[in-house]
Amino acid sequence: MKIKKDIAVSETGLVFNPTTGESYSLNPIGMEIFSLMKEGKSTEEISGELLEHYHTDSSTLDKDIHDFMEMLNHYLLLEKDEEE
Amino acid sequence: MKKNKYTIGVTGLNAIDNPGPGVPVIRALREANSFDVRIIGLSYESLEPGIYMHDLMDKVYQIPYPSNGTELLMERMAYINERENLDMIIPNFDAELFSFIRLSTRLEEMGIKTFLPTPEQFEERQKVNLPEFGEKYNIPVPGSEPLFATDKIPELMEDFDWPVLVKGKYYEASVAYNEEQIRIAFNKISAKWGLPVIIQEFVHGTEYNVTGLGDGKGNTIAAVPMRKQYITSLGKAWGGIAISDQKLIDLTTKFIAQTKWRGGFELELMKTKEGKFYLLEINPRIPAWIYLAVGAGQNIPEALVNLAMGNVVKPMKEYHAGKMFVRYSWDMIVDLKEFEKISITGEL
Repeated sequence: MKIKKDIAVSETGLVFNPTTGESYSLNPIGMEIFSLMKEGKSTEEISGELLEHYHTDSSTLDKDIHDFMEMLNHYLLLEKDEEE
Repeated sequence: MKKNKYTIGVTGLNAIDNPGPGVPVIRALREANSFDVRIIGLSYESLEPGIYMHDLMDKVYQIPYPSNGTELLMERMAYINERENLDMIIPNFDAELFSFIRLSTRLEEMGIKTFLPTPEQFEERQKVNLPEFGEKYNIPVPGSEPLFATDKIPELMEDFDWPVLVKGKYYEASVAYNEEQIRIAFNKISAKWGLPVIIQEFVHGTEYNVTGLGDGKGNTIAAVPMRKQYITSLGKAWGGIAISDQKLIDLTTKFIAQTKWRGGFELELMKTKEGKFYLLEINPRIPAWIYLAVGAGQNIPEALVNLAMGNVVKPMKEYHAGKMFVRYSWDMIVDLKEFEKISITGEL
């Protein structure tokens, strides 16, 4: 799942969707996942990178990443919605 | 190169909770790069805040209400023009626009330019004519019907689902969930704005607005879309953000190309969950949030003046999405003498 090209995120974690005018704030871990997604990394790659830095198991992390992406999808921030 | 200096009359100085566009239009004109201005404020009431903003106004004159007839207005404009030698007038109220459109040829003979929609453009975008407008130009609009008397409500409601919007001819709208609420809104709105009152299908979604400028030949000179972020109890934007939705720009370009719109305007649209835009209203004038468009990079009032003056105006395509406006209220201290002068002599 890819983040839409025109979605901008600031250094402090403010996400702005210029098409709708909506903005959202990310917490530090959300921002980390968002940045990795922006770089075009896959869910597996993101999970792998985060496992190196956080004391957690992969199933918990995968679930959290999945939930986060669902939320991004809900707020129409992912490319996938365009195709649907 | 020496800049031209234009003397421009501007109405809509009521910078109140339901603000007129005059004050932001004047701010935009004062910031214009292509000309200098002398601003003549035109007011209807002695307590319109813009009257007392001396850094924006060079001089203010009271003018008669449109309901007093165009002849009285013409007499007053002639009086003002003798003293000020106006180059242009920018009317900003829906209720006065028709008078100024009717007078535009006579004003032009006096040397006063305007850049307004044609009477046909003004008429066909009226709220009561919106369904025909949508059909003619293939633009989705919500269903609506004019209502002239409350005893017609049950019959009319056979064509609508609840809730509905009850709208005034020029201003005001409220949501009604039953016939009694329509009756209350009808009485309140018709007493203020006259008949008919419009019953409109309620479209669920997020409201978006676009302000723009058409050159009268079908070209889009400017277009800036905005989403309201903070709305007052009157439904007015108290904060908003410029956005970059291509669908909105395309719709605006289509509107201008098909109608050959002349002048400034505001489109009010609703975006449904499915992403479809419905055109709710076309305001045939610059909106009160125009200064956001200026801040985002498109000085629409400046371009409007240049079009009126016959200067070359290039279409403005770029603006900064993400620029926001946050409105605020401000208490000015006014000397009684100033209030007295504008109230008694009609000039300040």
